[in-house]
Amino acid sequence: MHLDFEKPIAELEAKLVDMKQLAQENNVDVEEAVKSLEAKIKNLKKEIYSNLTRWQRVQLSRHPDRPYTLDYIADIADKFIELHGDRGVKDDKAMVGGFAEIGGQGVMLIGHQKGRNTKQRQLRNFGMANPEGYRKALRMMKLAEKFNKPIVTFIDTPGAFPGLEGEERGQAEAIARNLKEMFMLKVPVICIVIGEGASGGALGIAIGDKVFMLENTWYSVISPESCSSILWRSWDYKEQAAEALKLTAYDMQKFKLIDEIIKEPLGGAHTDPQGMSKKVKKVILDTIKELNQLTPQERINQRIEKFSAMGVFVE
Amino acid sequence: MTWFKRTEKGIVTPTEEKKEVPDGLWYQCTECKKVMQSREHSANAYTCIDCNNHARIGSMEYFEILFDDNNFTELDETMSSSDPLEFSDTQAYPDRIKGSQKKSGLKDAVRTGYGKMNGIHIVVACMDFRFIGGSMGSVVGEKISRAIDYARKKRHPLLIISKSGGARMMEAGFSLMQMAKTSAKLALLDQDRVPYVSLMTDPTTGGVTASYAMLGDFNIAEPGALIGFAGPRVVRETIGKDLPEGFQTAEFLLEHGFLDFIVDRKELKKTLTDLFTILKETKEAKQPKKEKEKSE
Ligand SMILES: [Zn+2]
Repeated sequence: MHLDFEKPIAELEAKLVDMKQLAQENNVDVEEAVKSLEAKIKNLKKEIYSNLTRWQRVQLSRHPDRPYTLDYIADIADKFIELHGDRGVKDDKAMVGGFAEIGGQGVMLIGHQKGRNTKQRQLRNFGMANPEGYRKALRMMKLAEKFNKPIVTFIDTPGAFPGLEGEERGQAEAIARNLKEMFMLKVPVICIVIGEGASGGALGIAIGDKVFMLENTWYSVISPESCSSILWRSWDYKEQAAEALKLTAYDMQKFKLIDEIIKEPLGGAHTDPQGMSKKVKKVILDTIKELNQLTPQERINQRIEKFSAMGVFVE
Repeated sequence: MTWFKRTEKGIVTPTEEKKEVPDGLWYQCTECKKVMQSREHSANAYTCIDCNNHARIGSMEYFEILFDDNNFTELDETMSSSDPLEFSDTQAYPDRIKGSQKKSGLKDAVRTGYGKMNGIHIVVACMDFRFIGGSMGSVVGEKISRAIDYARKKRHPLLIISKSGGARMMEAGFSLMQMAKTSAKLALLDQDRVPYVSLMTDPTTGGVTASYAMLGDFNIAEPGALIGFAGPRVVRETIGKDLPEGFQTAEFLLEHGFLDFIVDRKELKKTLTDLFTILKETKEAKQPKKEKEKSE
């Protein structure tokens, strides 16, 4: 699948296929032409992907082929035991998690989960968790703390679900509680935005000692579409809204609202999921090592200090 | 400056020197349309003398209601918004701020201060909905955080009065992180066992509800207040149906277990006084010494 801005690449790639086929059928030598076209494609890709607009990165963050939480877990964990339920209401399938072993290290992995086809998307509620999802996540974090295992969270949500039942069961309370509790977790907490980081629904599992964003993800207080509809009173200003919100990994790092960026392969994480997972795995293991140098109290203090320093104002 | 004219919006517009409302000014209840003297209305804690509708009021009125003789010391009075994102939609953010400041006489959407309530030391942070919909940006987050720090240092009970449409879009990522920051500060206050009452007033939604407003030792609300995570319009669009009667009201939240109680504004001062009196640290039952040292 190609995004709108990838069309020129797709066209050239189609041309390349045609050329090769034609050459084979007619038994002509097109080696030179193929080479030149391949070089052209490579250059075009470089040009397009190194000049992505903010909106284009938002599009990449939502690419239907993009790896989701369970894809990363499948790739990086040698063992994984999925855990379910919040012990109160139900098992929220938009939030997944469990104990895992990565390179000999026991960890708790938690994340939003999106679905890939219509049925899966419905099952996962498009990655939009209800209160029980946040409570399930917190329950698993407390388990991790109890057994002294580091926590890794994968953030990928278009928002906490704004439904009727979620409101009845205290969506706001569930998120608020997570924010507060996560600051006091004694174990290392690593958060990685792997796709969409929309508002409180993202933040609800994103209070960490180290917060990473993959290169083509976004993280902000509102989606560009909703921002457009509220501030411009129309859905048509999403590109402008994305620019105004400065919601990319590069923006967020510049503002010191996240710690680090994990680079993606040219064209996005989905073009080389295994390579991406490998990188993510290395970041996780290196970061755990780094955070283990600190005492639990030092980690908590630094976590609180880091977030407390966020904000710009004049006095 | 007639309040009467401004009542269509249901938002009472206080003026700078409003303590003594002269005779001859009238207020019309937005709910039952009853017309009463403004003086009567304010003496009734800005609730309707007929139907008890709680009018939307701001920090100035709440401070006046709560602090003895309206005596308090304001914290971070001059703090105001910057424009870290150089944000512009149909209007540049700094212009929006300036316009809002001029119109409201406020610096931003929260005021914080400390003083005595029936002789008890308290710290109060009160949001102003009139300032860009009571939205939370860096200033709101920072002022609330500092008020929490102050309450913690002094071991004085904290009251936060919320009235907000949520996080402020024009500070995007910065606004979002104010949810985290204020929650971090409340975690420390919690650890030190200083009481925190969160009073939710009409309306309290979005990122404010999903952070400090829901983190009180006591979560309370004014009657009829709209309280939620998503706004009613968004929920309606999501489910594609009309919302049930009373959905997301204070009474609805109480019924679903998310509030400790609903308090009539006329009873607010007395109720809080009673609560803080009961919770007061007594000499005999002071916290274990070790714990206390750690918290200071
Ligand atoms: Zn009335």
